[in-house]
Amino acid sequence: MSAPETSMRRVTAINNGTVIDHVPAGKALLVLKMLGLDGEMATPVSMVMNVPSKKMGGKDIIKVEDRELTQHELDRLALIAPNASVAIIRAYTVAEKRVINLGDEVVNVVYCTFANCASLGDREPLPHRMKVVSVEPLNLRCHYCGRPQDISELVENLL
Amino acid sequence: MSSLITMDDLSDEDIQEVLDAAERLLPVAKGDIHLPLLQGRILGNLFFEPSTRTRMSFETAMKRLGGEVVNLGAVASSSVVKGETLYDTIRMVDGYADIIALRHPRQGAAQYAADAAEVPIANGGDGAGHHPTQTMLDLFTIRQAHGRLDGLRVVMAGDLRYGRTVHSLAHALVRFNCELVFASPEGLKMPTEIVEDLEVHGAIILESDDLQNHIDDADVLYMTRIQKERFPDEDEYRKVAGSFSLSADNLTNVKEGMIVMHPLPRVDEISPDVDKTRHARYFEQAFNGVVTRMALLCRMLGVEVPAKIGGGA
Ligand SMILES: [Zn+2]
Repeated sequence: MSAPETSMRRVTAINNGTVIDHVPAGKALLVLKMLGLDGEMATPVSMVMNVPSKKMGGKDIIKVEDRELTQHELDRLALIAPNASVAIIRAYTVAEKRVINLGDEVVNVVYCTFANCASLGDREPLPHRMKVVSVEPLNLRCHYCGRPQDISELVENLL
Repeated sequence: MSSLITMDDLSDEDIQEVLDAAERLLPVAKGDIHLPLLQGRILGNLFFEPSTRTRMSFETAMKRLGGEVVNLGAVASSSVVKGETLYDTIRMVDGYADIIALRHPRQGAAQYAADAAEVPIANGGDGAGHHPTQTMLDLFTIRQAHGRLDGLRVVMAGDLRYGRTVHSLAHALVRFNCELVFASPEGLKMPTEIVEDLEVHGAIILESDDLQNHIDDADVLYMTRIQKERFPDEDEYRKVAGSFSLSADNLTNVKEGMIVMHPLPRVDEISPDVDKTRHARYFEQAFNGVVTRMALLCRMLGVEVPAKIGGGA
């Protein structure tokens, strides 16, 4: 049995849902918050934190039952866990693997962390656009004001 | 080129081309030659905050080239009162003008407007963001005096922390391998992230809390205003402002071609006795705003400035 499978077993297998592996160690709670899975909900979520990983040293794993995360949700995930691997589970087997890819620009995922940015008007209709300057470490710049984004605040600024 | 939002919209060659065109347009800017290159075109001046100098400079530039100007200041203030989005305001005035000069208190407004508009947007200053036409007129003034932009030693003095003008100019000068000296009081230093960014781009930078020691080596001395509001009390302000001011006495050992610049308005940082020296360039600098904007308006509207203007007399 290979190493990833062993560590997956630390969490109960799920029937249907989404498994997010290779989340940076300690970031699982942040990911849940970002995906809106941290509040009151019907969906059972299980996770393990700081699992030894050959690739990453340590990692977190999240399992979301009965929810297949959408590409839009995965785009958000890329802000915290750009190297995460995502598997959609149906009937206990991996039905689909989804790729996390930030691309060159993140559109309508977060709004600008600079309070005086022109894009922040209440009813301003143009999309919130962030240029991806680098993925690791994450470095985003607002398309409009050009300001480097305060990454620690990004989670609060999700659309 | 369509819109001019930041200096990044211009390559080094573009900058030289615009400055060349501006130089050819000098007699037109002075009113000695009539050249209606922009006849039939309308500039919309959309100023969401007062900046009489920039607005008038755009207006004069357009009119010297035979174009028309519509002042949309009233539209700007009524849209703010009525809570209209910037998007809607821009979409509306888009139909009134062939080009819009925009001044707005929020950073990024110019890019936002450019994305909303069909016509080109000339950024006339957006919040703490960019003010590229100011940078271009500064570059024009420097090149006019020295015949080049490359490899000059430029001393920037005064309030370097809040001065958008010096931030933008510093970035532009680094593209031309200028040596920069930042002379400012401790609390008004050039922001660290800007200094680091300039150094990443290969800048040679000297930071100092003293101005007088750097004047004699300078090719350009760019003075800025130190605002009283930045200091806890009047005494503190007097002391600091005094050591970052310039009088004719300070200029006895400077290089012959050294020029003193200032974005104006000045208060006490340049004594009136400097005005009469051959080094003073701040009034020409203000006038250069017109000729530089003339060249930029032509470029943005896709109108070629003739290689030869006038009879050559
Ligand atoms: Zn922004």
